[in-house]
Amino acid sequence: MVKSLHRSFVAAALVAALAVGMAAPVRAAESGPHAAWMDWQPGNDVTNTASLQRGAANFMGYCAGCHSIKYVRYSRLAEDLSIPEAQMEKLLLLPGAKKGDYITTPLSAADAEAWFGKAPPDLSLITRSKGSDYVYQFMKTFYADPSKPTGVDNLALPGTAMPHVLSALQGVQEAKFKVVEKTVDGSKVTEKIWESFESGEPGQLSAEEYDAFLRDTVNFLEYAGEPYKAKRLSLGVWVILFLLVFTLFAYLLKQEYWKDIK
Amino acid sequence: MSDESVGGSDAVDTSRRKFLTVATAATGAVGVGFTLVPFISSWKPSERARALGAPLEIDISKLEPGQMITQSWRKQPIYVVRRTPEAVAALAKVEPSLKDPKSEASEQPKYAQNEMRSIKPEVLVLYAACTHLGCLPKQYFTQADPAMGADWPGGFFCPCHGSRFDLAGRVFNGSPASANLRVPPHSFESDSMLVIGVDAAAQGAA
Amino acid sequence: MAAATDSAAGKAGFRAWLNKRLPVDEFMESQLIGYFAPKNFNLWYFFGSLALLVFVIQILSGIFLTMHYKPSEALAFDSVEYIMREVEGGWIIRYMHSTGASFFFIVVYLHMFRAMIYGSYRAPRELLWILGMLLYLALMAEAFMGYVLPWGNMSYWGAQVIVNLFGTIPVIGPGIVEWIRGDYGIADSTLNRFFALHVIAVPFAIAFLILMHLVALRQTGSNNPDGIEIKARLNANGKPVDGIPFHPYYTVKDVVGVGVFLIFFCGVIFFVPTFGGLFLEKPNFEPANYLSTPQHIAPVWYFTAFYAMLRAVPDQQMGALLMLLAIVVLFFLPWLDRSPVKSIRYKGWLSKIFLAAFVVSFIALSYLGLMPADGLYVILARIFTAVYFAFFILMPWYTSIEKTKPVPERVTYHG
Repeated sequence: MVKSLHRSFVAAALVAALAVGMAAPVRAAESGPHAAWMDWQPGNDVTNTASLQRGAANFMGYCAGCHSIKYVRYSRLAEDLSIPEAQMEKLLLLPGAKKGDYITTPLSAADAEAWFGKAPPDLSLITRSKGSDYVYQFMKTFYADPSKPTGVDNLALPGTAMPHVLSALQGVQEAKFKVVEKTVDGSKVTEKIWESFESGEPGQLSAEEYDAFLRDTVNFLEYAGEPYKAKRLSLGVWVILFLLVFTLFAYLLKQEYWKDIK
Repeated sequence: MSDESVGGSDAVDTSRRKFLTVATAATGAVGVGFTLVPFISSWKPSERARALGAPLEIDISKLEPGQMITQSWRKQPIYVVRRTPEAVAALAKVEPSLKDPKSEASEQPKYAQNEMRSIKPEVLVLYAACTHLGCLPKQYFTQADPAMGADWPGGFFCPCHGSRFDLAGRVFNGSPASANLRVPPHSFESDSMLVIGVDAAAQGAA
Repeated sequence: MAAATDSAAGKAGFRAWLNKRLPVDEFMESQLIGYFAPKNFNLWYFFGSLALLVFVIQILSGIFLTMHYKPSEALAFDSVEYIMREVEGGWIIRYMHSTGASFFFIVVYLHMFRAMIYGSYRAPRELLWILGMLLYLALMAEAFMGYVLPWGNMSYWGAQVIVNLFGTIPVIGPGIVEWIRGDYGIADSTLNRFFALHVIAVPFAIAFLILMHLVALRQTGSNNPDGIEIKARLNANGKPVDGIPFHPYYTVKDVVGVGVFLIFFCGVIFFVPTFGGLFLEKPNFEPANYLSTPQHIAPVWYFTAFYAMLRAVPDQQMGALLMLLAIVVLFFLPWLDRSPVKSIRYKGWLSKIFLAAFVVSFIALSYLGLMPADGLYVILARIFTAVYFAFFILMPWYTSIEKTKPVPERVTYHG
């Protein structure tokens, strides 16, 4: 009887899984065709301190001019990333900042709005609200588009107000699109579907070097989003091991007492 | 199936039962102990409190002799006084009427346990809290201030319970306070830059 | 009782002194050792005690969060990040609380499902079931208001949508919405009152209901997987033959459950605290912004089944009413079930099919509530909503006509 009950619930679970599985591809179809760049991943690792140090230097050098990470303190950064204080002051500290300060940007919001039309967002939590992959894809998919005021557009965030600040490193790539004609609600529209990137104006870094640069930078941003992440993971292993021991004792105790029950 | 569900009598291994009970309870207690750690440590001064409590730099180049400024460090008011040469000279004379002239029963860093209670003779740094019950002592720097009597050498007076201190923060006989005003850890980064919160072990005259 | 007094009198010193003034031993004797529970509890019977454990975890972590959290429009979001980054151990406490919220619902849903498969809502336990349903309602209110507190963008828009549901009440709706918010939009006043309700009022109500739920359980005694009353067969001492003392047998058993539960719980806290955006949604890592609705807005997973029903109806008022009915109908379960047997083990195949369909529809609706409301999703949501209600509406019919299996006289237990 118990068995038949279990069997019927396994069947129920399968039906639910099928229903859900049936619906899943529909969603993909609705959010536009799947493109190769959507699968690009940085492959970063927040327990890699050397990468985080490089990423911090990248961020302070290329991003901090416009973007704040207002929940992160210089001092905490130095401590977490094992950067000696003297080096932190020399390499990371923005002019006028003290080591106990939060990392804000010298760019005022009013200026930023005047120049870019939109204040650059704070990046403390960008990897948590959008994901590390998104940041990586965003920084990799700028392409030349002379029709834009910045001269570039982006695949991950079309129409972005942000100029390609890393163009000196990556160069400016050209995007190849396939033009498709579609009928939507009776009227014809043309849709541009991205096919590939072609090398345009070259930059200082090779493609691999640029990817590594982004990997470190995204890694740093992931750290900034959750500074205790490396600690969380390492502590978690001990917690689980401890609980396994506890549960084992508890189980043996239960077995011992339940010998009484007939 | 018998009529009784619990047949506890036949061959219960009590020592095993006892051991497992103790082992489970002890492991559980250790677990509870570990769980308490984040809760208890969440009451410690946070990183923000520690950043705000970082050493405080005060530019004293504009501080004229005979003037005092009040600063706040770690949520406590700090007095910084630049004493006049006359006031410094007067410090030795009041010693007989003090409770603790050598600051032996008072709180101050080693480098400030001297007659001047300071690193530099003219610059006095004090916690602005009366050692009696914590009120803010008021400044009465004028010698023979009419409010304080003809023999007043200049110093501090606590309005709460009438404790009187000289210009080195030393308490006079007849005051309810029994210790001299406390001196915070401090040092000089340069002649004009005073740092509260960093000890000056090397500079201190023992 | 006599045994309790004897043992208390036999012990000298502090224990005796204490027992004269506070009936500690008597309470233990009557409530734990003297309380006989059926010996055939299975896996499903862990979730009641686990729900109590999660409640304790939520109260403790919640108290410590209030020590650092600031319930104001200007400071709330920053104060949560302050807890996560600058308070020592703060991130553990916060993840405990956020993970605890989801685990509360996991455990409660499994607990409710247990009651449904073994007929634990049937007479004489109707009131026990209703008290449990009230607990579920209070928990929903608690979870909703708690989700607003971090003041992320999903907090804000979630509050906006849910509060606006009250606007569908005819005539007084708009006035009520304004009264709940205390402003013309979701604002500081809303956040502040939700905070007060979340940390004081609703937890008190939940604690009281838990107490009543337990008292009612002691009165009727636990049901069991066979759905038979163990009190019907007593031994010479007046104790049920198929019952065993709750302590030590079920206390040691529940401790094992606690251990396994904590492995899952800590696994989430330390390795996947956001659970892929299900327990902590991505848009909530952006501060509340009344100018920007998140691209795709959905409540946290434990509400999405009802949310899917709301969206399945093209009419706003009807949708809200249907959602309300989906919860209200659960209260009537004890009277909808006409089967001569309680447990699914002895019910006929119709009951089994309908119950399975109900489970499928609830899971599917929960999934659909997370998806955008268009195309095939809406059609599926309508189908599963119909299935959900069919389970209840047709229950008096299929439970009374089906052929049931004979119920044994004693519980099934393979020691």
